[in-house]
Amino acid sequence: MLHRPAEVIWMNKRNRSKLDATTMSIESDTTCGALKRSFSIKVLGVGGAGCNAVNHLARESFAGVSFVVMNTDAPALARSTVEKKLVLGAKSMRGLGAGGDPARGRSAAQEDISEIRALCEGADVIFVVAGLGGGTGTGAGPVVAQVAKETGALVLAIVVLPFDCEGNRRQRQAQLGLHDLKNAADGVICLPNQKVFKLIDEKTSLLEAFGITNELVAQGVRGIWRLLSRPGLINVDFADLCAVTQGKHAESTLATAEAKGENPAREVMEKLLAHPLVEGGQVLSEAAGILVCIAGGPGLTMLDVNRIMEQINRHAEQAHIIMGATIDEELEDRLSVTLVAARRSEQAEEKPEERLRNGKTPIAMASSATEFEVPLADPLISSRPACRFIAPAPEPTPDKVERLLTQHGTNGSRQRKNAARMRQGQLALEIISKGRFEKSEPTIHHGQDLDVPTYIRRGVALN
Amino acid sequence: MFDPSSIIVGLELGTSKICAVVGDVNASGALNIVGIGQSRSRGVRKGEIADASTTAEDIRNAIVEAEQMADVEIRSVYLGVTGGHIRGFTNRGVHPVVSADREITKEDVEDVIKNAKAINLPAENYVLHAMRQHFLVDGHDSIVDPVGMLGARVEVDMHVLHGNFNRFQNPIRAVKGLQLEVESIVFNGLASSLALLTSEQKEMGALVIDMGGGTTEYVVYCGGVIKHSGVLALGGDHISNDLAYGLKVPLGRAEDLKIQYGAAAVDESDKGQTATTNSELGLPLKSVNREHLRRIMSLRLEEIFELIEQELSNAGLLDYLRAGVLLCGGGARIPGIQKLAERIFQLPASLGKTNSISGLKSALDQPEFATAIGLVKFGSFQQKKKTNNSFLTQALRETIGGLLGRS
Repeated sequence: MLHRPAEVIWMNKRNRSKLDATTMSIESDTTCGALKRSFSIKVLGVGGAGCNAVNHLARESFAGVSFVVMNTDAPALARSTVEKKLVLGAKSMRGLGAGGDPARGRSAAQEDISEIRALCEGADVIFVVAGLGGGTGTGAGPVVAQVAKETGALVLAIVVLPFDCEGNRRQRQAQLGLHDLKNAADGVICLPNQKVFKLIDEKTSLLEAFGITNELVAQGVRGIWRLLSRPGLINVDFADLCAVTQGKHAESTLATAEAKGENPAREVMEKLLAHPLVEGGQVLSEAAGILVCIAGGPGLTMLDVNRIMEQINRHAEQAHIIMGATIDEELEDRLSVTLVAARRSEQAEEKPEERLRNGKTPIAMASSATEFEVPLADPLISSRPACRFIAPAPEPTPDKVERLLTQHGTNGSRQRKNAARMRQGQLALEIISKGRFEKSEPTIHHGQDLDVPTYIRRGVALN
Repeated sequence: MFDPSSIIVGLELGTSKICAVVGDVNASGALNIVGIGQSRSRGVRKGEIADASTTAEDIRNAIVEAEQMADVEIRSVYLGVTGGHIRGFTNRGVHPVVSADREITKEDVEDVIKNAKAINLPAENYVLHAMRQHFLVDGHDSIVDPVGMLGARVEVDMHVLHGNFNRFQNPIRAVKGLQLEVESIVFNGLASSLALLTSEQKEMGALVIDMGGGTTEYVVYCGGVIKHSGVLALGGDHISNDLAYGLKVPLGRAEDLKIQYGAAAVDESDKGQTATTNSELGLPLKSVNREHLRRIMSLRLEEIFELIEQELSNAGLLDYLRAGVLLCGGGARIPGIQKLAERIFQLPASLGKTNSISGLKSALDQPEFATAIGLVKFGSFQQKKKTNNSFLTQALRETIGGLLGRS
């Protein structure tokens, strides 16, 4: 494939997501012919911060990526260099912005839901870029993501969390928005702005600081775009990305490093570990899931990939690591590594069923998933969106149930014995209100306070 | 109108209500209930006064109502007392018979009773009642009157009810503040048992449980005498409070739910059922799970009964209660409580009825009035004793006077 540059350019234009290295090298135009359907990426900037980031992104050329900005604030939108624009809630808010109220942002987006749907139509992967904490990004972002998903696209949200100094209210709003987004989007990557402080020094201007945030978002989009659009030596697809980001992205970290020279693998790892967002490898050791995307020029060797992965594996022994290696003609002799590390969080333990319940009903999700799968007849790709709907376990047959129950019974007694041995006295730290007997003389009988409801003392659970 | 001296008033300061019952002893000595007054009690917690001024007001309301109904003027009352501080225990007094012929004399009996009463109590405690049980002569049980019998040693069991002196004073002061005389203070449980039990039941052995708003009193009769008694500072208020806590409703609503939907047991049919009450405006309020309501309630009731059962089984009295368990007080109205009592005590349980008194039928049927009626009954016994005494003294005086006059 490397000796067919024209072919690669063609693919970039068409935004072929990725193909197996083997397929590529063996396959000829017939495969490409089978994939002649349009496959496009759209980047939607929602809200002020989202629009700024998209403006920044749009300056570079991304083959086959179209950009859209949407905001409730019409004047801010007018300044954008992006061609496709949408003023949200133009009727109700007259283009004056959401005033930091997510509810207004949400209603604005819902007002223009058909326009948003029209903009999302036809895309296969949609990035929703938003700054959380304000009105439009926080309120409209999840709606946009939801609509985008309903059109059948895979949705990845890249969001920026506010600086600590922006106050508690915005932080709280941002957390709520993040929660909504998690339910709406297939994957969420979030960049806490606070971490930008590690990238700036005393002399950095405000403009530059926000420029860095935008650059980080751009890196993220670029890295993922590359991951999806360039042919993979070792395949990584969107499902892998979702597997890493979904559910445990409370603070996903995204870092990119590039190096060239004699030993690019070592150099790139040094750079990566020195990256402020990686915190000297600490993020890796705390991560629950890591997606590594190694991109290199035609000279990328398996040895380089191996070295990088060894390093990362050493730093993140407990993480679920998904790796991919791609060839990008433009990189020439450079080596670029993009990391998406998702930190463990409470959400990480969330059961897939719960996740479904939090968002849409499983049926609704299933229908949207099938909608997406139907046009993808190609067996290569059809297996991809596995992460979108986790099917419930098959109904066990009666004899299997019986077998499981008997197994459980035999193990159970042993477990219980262990549990009894392990049990430790517990202090009654929970303060139970005695209601109207709070101030009267307690009724103590054999050391028990009988004013406390009997069912609590006896530990009877009311479901 | 009634002869003022024949009017006997029982006043009970309950946690949920204050109730005055007027009884009249007619010429033949039979007791007749002629009036009842009651008012909601606001200042009493767990059977004891927590807010003296509101309680005084409530007492006045109850007394006035009783006065109007009976058309009498109330001057003195028999006051019922209760509270978690009251303890009952049985003490045995021993006295060796010293006379040469080993005949037990009246003096011996007086001495043995004195010995039995001489119990070691903290200084601030006050003996509310000391009730004589049976005598033992040389270890022989169940002797009612040992005078004239032969023996080397006479013993007697006394059941002593005692409590904190100051805490007995609070209700007395509240009543005296209303220009009423307190003839005597009586343990509520004792009064209830007097109202409910016939002498036959006392003889057979019975347990009376008076479950009120703030306290639950229990008294055990066996062989015609009180064998055991006690108070648990637990009652209907606790149930309401448990419900308020468990169902997350205000206390007032918990009270309504308890009255409307409460039961002493959880039924299969309660599963998934809801309970709804209406607000004062007739609008339905948030409904609660009826199963939870009854579970919380039944657990509390079960516990109260179990505590009593434990106490009685420790005293070894459960096997002597052939007349079973009698329930009174507001708690006796809870549906299914008799079944619960039967299950826990393994004895027949029934709702106590004040059979032995005539008068207002409506009052006598209500389990809540058992204590107040019992107080009247207690008063009538006292009165009889007094009149007997006064008759004796009068007779004596007459005789002496006659002698003097003659001489």
